[in-house]
Parts: sequence; structure tokens; C-alpha cells
Amino acid sequence: MNLELKDMPGQLVLALQPISEFGGNIVSVLHQRDKKTPRGLIPVQITFEMDGKKLERLINRMKSNGITIAQIGEDRLREKATMILIGHIIHSDIRDTIDRIDSTGYAEVKDLAVSMPGVAQHSAARIVINAAGKKEMQNAIQLLRDIAREKELLLIESIEEA
Amino acid sequence: MKKVRILIIGFGVIGSGVARAISEKREFISDKYGIDFEVVGIGERDGCIVCPEGIDAMEAYKLKQDGTLNKHPCWKDGVSSIDLIKGANADIVIEATPTNINSGEPGLSHMMAAFNTKKHVVTSNKGPLTIAFQKLKKTAEKNGVQFRFEAAVGGAMPVLNLVRETLQANEILSIEGILNGTCNYILTRMSTEGLPYEHVLSEAQELGIAEADPTYDVDGIDTACKLVILANAILGMNVSYKDADVTGITQISPGALKLASDDGYVIKLIGEIKDRNRPRVAPRLVPKDHPLAVGGTLNVISLRTDLAGEITVTGKGAGAIETSSSILSDLISIYKA
Ligand SMILES: NC(=O)c1ccc[n+]([C@@H]2O[C@H](COP(=O)([O-])OP(=O)(O)OC[C@H]3O[C@@H](n4cnc5c(N)ncnc54)[C@H](OP(=O)(O)O)[C@@H]3O)[C@@H](O)[C@H]2O)c1
Repeated sequence: MNLELKDMPGQLVLALQPISEFGGNIVSVLHQRDKKTPRGLIPVQITFEMDGKKLERLINRMKSNGITIAQIGEDRLREKATMILIGHIIHSDIRDTIDRIDSTGYAEVKDLAVSMPGVAQHSAARIVINAAGKKEMQNAIQLLRDIAREKELLLIESIEEA
Repeated sequence: MKKVRILIIGFGVIGSGVARAISEKREFISDKYGIDFEVVGIGERDGCIVCPEGIDAMEAYKLKQDGTLNKHPCWKDGVSSIDLIKGANADIVIEATPTNINSGEPGLSHMMAAFNTKKHVVTSNKGPLTIAFQKLKKTAEKNGVQFRFEAAVGGAMPVLNLVRETLQANEILSIEGILNGTCNYILTRMSTEGLPYEHVLSEAQELGIAEADPTYDVDGIDTACKLVILANAILGMNVSYKDADVTGITQISPGALKLASDDGYVIKLIGEIKDRNRPRVAPRLVPKDHPLAVGGTLNVISLRTDLAGEITVTGKGAGAIETSSSILSDLISIYKA
């Protein structure tokens, strides 16, 4: 979120307080005092994690605190994990595998690349999953483990996620 | 000068390699540590060499290479290693018989006999450790002798001694790594050359990197055994092989390795214990620039600790000379204390 604050004491607190009130978790604050806007305001870039459903109310609260919101960039699914599946990828209905991840609401298949050698040989797929947070990612990976077991695929997880 | 009388039980690649290393390093070790290692007995399947006044270890090594160990003047046909261990006037037993993960034998009986006759044991044999760790540890303690097995996990790579002697104040939170050089070699070659599994396996067999029956390595059993030893010895857990969740590398295809590589990963057979959960062995994606992404036949272990953070060691996981490095450091550490 990019904000513009008046050059007065206490302005930053007025901007940050509502975020914690709505249960947000502030990741970083970039306060650029030396880069005033033409209107004499100070640009501040705030990165935070929060339940997206509360965003509207947060914006209203900030505005009523007199904060100018210049830009909001939302990255709903922050966690990324890459995995590989080996086995009868196509025969085991890859579409269904993807749908089951996507339908969770907290995770989705962002990218899929498939390698198919000759018939009779096992194919492989690289699958990139995005999820809302760490816990959601764990759940998505567990779901994929279950699907892999059910469809007799070998799931290769990354050591970064465990 | 402290004289230490040694029995070597199982005089194959490792046993005879250690004899050679002891012979070559004897002066170096006595100058540096004031310890004189003398081999006084060698036990093989079909007989023993017993020689209280000391065996020329290099000569025994050479006879073994020529297949004429039984021509040694002190050779006693048919005398069992158990009787040698019980009867000999010795301080320490180096146990290097073949690994058996079902019964642990003959190593388990050898080790118990050694402890019960107040001899320290240094071993490279995973079998007894995987199935009877607590029993062995307790018997050693009861008899007031030491039990060391650095060589059983990761060959030359120091991990048990690293934890015991230099990370004493740390709690070890998790362990992960590549513990089998054969699998690492196969996956590395498949990945760099784009060759299928069967092809690289037979190449590894020709080079002596893989056994004629590769099951024990490629199915992840060897990795799981080493992980179990680490769990028991370092994390103080009480687990055995059957508690591990194990997947091997036989299904890995060049296509899968290519997909991994295109996104900046390699595939490695990783053994892992996190937060004292059950040991897990599985092929995993490892970022190419990650410390665990070592190639060839190398082994690597990463320990997560509470004070020191992440500590990673890498080294040769097999080979007679390399493994004897670990056996000798175990020997020295027992007497340096
Ligand atoms: N090779 C490595 O790089 C390496 C690295 C780390 C750990 N290890 C472990 O170290 C141990 C030894 O490995 P290795 O490569 O030296 O195996 P090896 O070459 O097969 O040597 C084993 C030796 O033990 C003998 N033996 C078998 N049964 C015996 C008995 N009842 N009493 C006395 N001796 C007996 C064998 O004799 P026969 O030939 O007559 O059967 C052979 O000479 C294994 O447990 C292995 O897993 C090996």
C-alpha cells in the first residue's frame, strides 16, 4: 500500500494503527522523508498481511484518519511452492487434480508444465501452487499428497516447504 | 606412550582398509597423541589371526588383497570371531562385518561380546545400530566402555563427533541430508546427461559405485537406516527402521529431472527428521544453489541447531580410506579423553 502523509508528527501512527486494529501483520514500512511529493506530502510504502475481507473497512478507517491512499496492490496468494509429480499424469486426470486444489479457495495451481516421453513410460509434471499463507500452503500440500496417493503418483516436494 | 590393543572383526574392504590406515598412520598418531595402536587379532568368517605380540597390519592387508590371509603364520582355521573377542587380551574391537538390517548379525553378537568382556567398540556396521541401539548403548554403559560409530553414517563425513565434541551446548532441532552416495551419483548423472535410470544404474554398477543388487541403496533403505541412527544418537529418539517413511529413487525419470532443472532445482534423495517427527526418506526438490545440492557420490548433512543456526557438512560417504578416517578418529577420541 502506498500512502502519502502530511509532514506533521503522529501521521505514521495514524496510518499504522488501523492495520493492527484489523489484525494485520506489518511486514515492512518504507518512510521516504527526503522524497516529498509536489504537494509536499511524504510517500510511505507499507507492506502487510491481512485477511482480505477486512480491506474495505481498513481503507475507510485510514481515510477518516486523514491519510491519503495513493495505491493499493493486493497479492492475495503470497506463498509459492513448486512440486513434481511422476506417474500416469494424464491418465489420472490432471484436470481433476488442478480443480481440487483450485476449489479450496485458499490455494491455486499457478503453473503447470508436463513432460511426456514415449507411451508406456511415466510422464512427469511440474506444478506451482500459490496459497494465501504458510498454513494454507501446508494444507494444500497435504491435499496434493492425498491426491498423489489416491492416483498412485509420486509426489516430489521441495525441501523449502516442509 | 599408551599402547592400545585392537581386534578387527570382518576383514573386507573396510576392515583391511583400516588395518592399512593404522599401519600408515601409526607413527603420526603416536607422535601427536602418544597413543600406539597395535592390531593383535583379526577375525574373518572362516578363521582368525591371533597374535598377542602384534600383527604387522600392512602385511595382513597385503595378504588379504592377494586372497591369502589364511597363509599368515598366526592364522587359526575355524576359530570364530566370537571366541576371538571373548578370549583375546584386547582393549577395543573394530566391528566391520556386513550390514544385516533384519537380525543385525553377526555384528550384534560381536558387539555384545565385546562389551561384556569390557572392550570398547568402534564400528562402521549399521545393522546392529538400526535394530538394537538402546540395548547396545545400555550394555556399553553398564560395562563402562565406549561405543562409537561415526563411520556407520556418511563414511568420512563427520557428524556424530561434530555434535558430541563441538556443538555440545546446542540442541539439535532437525537433521536433513543426502546420506547415500550411490543414489546421489545416479541422480546427478541422470540430471547432467539426461540419461534414463536403468542406463545410469548399470554404469554405476560397472564402476563399483552400485552393488549388483542395488535395492538396499536405491529403495532408500540405507538412507533410512542412517537416519534412524542419527535420530537415536543425536536426537535421543527411540526409533527403528520400521518407523521410517521411505520412498526410493527408482521412479525418477529424465523428464522429471529436466522439469526440475528448468525451474532451478535438482532432485535428491533426502533423509529428514523435523521436530522429532518420524524419519522421512524421499526424493525432493533442492534449489540448485542450496547447500544440500552437492553432486557426484558426495554425502551432505545439515543440522538445525538452537544456538549455531544451520550447520552443514559434506564429504565422501564411502570408500575404504575415507571411512577409515572416521574409524581412526573414533579410536583416538576414546583414548584422548
Ligand atoms: N564399503 C564402504 O565404503 C563402507 C562405508 C561405510 C560403512 N560400511 C559398512 O562397513 C561394513 C563392512 O563393509 P565392507 O565394505 O568392508 O564389506 P565387505 O568387504 O563385504 O567385508 C565384510 C567382511 O566381513 C567378513 N565376515 C562375514 N561374516 C563374518 C563373521 N561372522 N565373522 C567375521 N567376519 C565375517 C566377510 O568375510 P566373507 O568375505 O568371507 O564373507 C568380509 O571379509 C558393512 O557393515 C558396511 O555397511 C562400508
